[in-house]
Amino acid sequence: MTEFSPGSAILGGVLIGLSASLFWAFNGKVAGISGIVAGLVAPLAAPAEFCPRADSRASTRSLRALFVLGLLLGGGLLWSLEPALLVPSPRPISLLLGAGFLVGIGTQLSGGCTSGHGVCGISRGALRSLVATGTFVATAALSVFLLRTLLGAGS
Amino acid sequence: VTRAHGVALASGLLFALGLGISGMTNPAKVIAFLDVAGPNWDSSLAFVMLGAIAVHAVFLRLSKRERPYLADAYDAPNRFQIDTDLVLGAALFGLGWGASGFCPGPAVVSLVTFAPGVLVFVTGMLLGFVGPNLLRRAQAARSPGA
Repeated sequence: MTEFSPGSAILGGVLIGLSASLFWAFNGKVAGISGIVAGLVAPLAAPAEFCPRADSRASTRSLRALFVLGLLLGGGLLWSLEPALLVPSPRPISLLLGAGFLVGIGTQLSGGCTSGHGVCGISRGALRSLVATGTFVATAALSVFLLRTLLGAGS
Repeated sequence: VTRAHGVALASGLLFALGLGISGMTNPAKVIAFLDVAGPNWDSSLAFVMLGAIAVHAVFLRLSKRERPYLADAYDAPNRFQIDTDLVLGAALFGLGWGASGFCPGPAVVSLVTFAPGVLVFVTGMLLGFVGPNLLRRAQAARSPGA
């Protein structure tokens, strides 16, 4: 069981909103994590003409790499100051590989994840992002429900 | 290294701190948030999205600049259609999110723990990222003249 913690949730959300605003105002880029990470690795698998995010300019690549480096530095800071905030998944390893694959291919197909669609897209009033967010929250809830009821996976 | 690089690094850092403080890097809490029909539903993480959208939406509305401070132009989203890819992709993403408690941001941030679960999850995610491109390359190789 987890505790209701709206205060820290809002505070964290505000920091995420500030980060997205900073990245847009200064670098002109959407702070969508799946797009940023996929933009770094997906072009490795195929030439640019097969890549939906054709923007493989060196300048864009280096900004993406630095954003990811920032995420990892932030993770390191959290891990050293308050390690209780970084918790392993309660789900078995065998499930996590397939889950990761679904998250990877799904966010590539729909062009965004919780950050790109859920935060940035909805903030700019994009109907696409609203539809995507409604859909992934619904199937995520379904996924949790099925795993709890059918397999008895604890939450 | 330019100022643009510094801002990108700072943005990533701030984003990670936000994810950690909010509770998004605790997959059990994410699962408890998504378990709307369960006996111990924890609605906290809805407030993460509310806080983030409130700040970012107000910022976008107030911003009157025609171009970014450190770039030539905004790199705005260029897909507008509500199509099968959008809905199917989002549906698959949700299934994976609920099965693991990880979405991409928290998973990347949690890599620093070197926990086996997150390493395996991110491996699967990276395979998912390159999958469509590998498929496109294979299709192009099969069709003559491509």
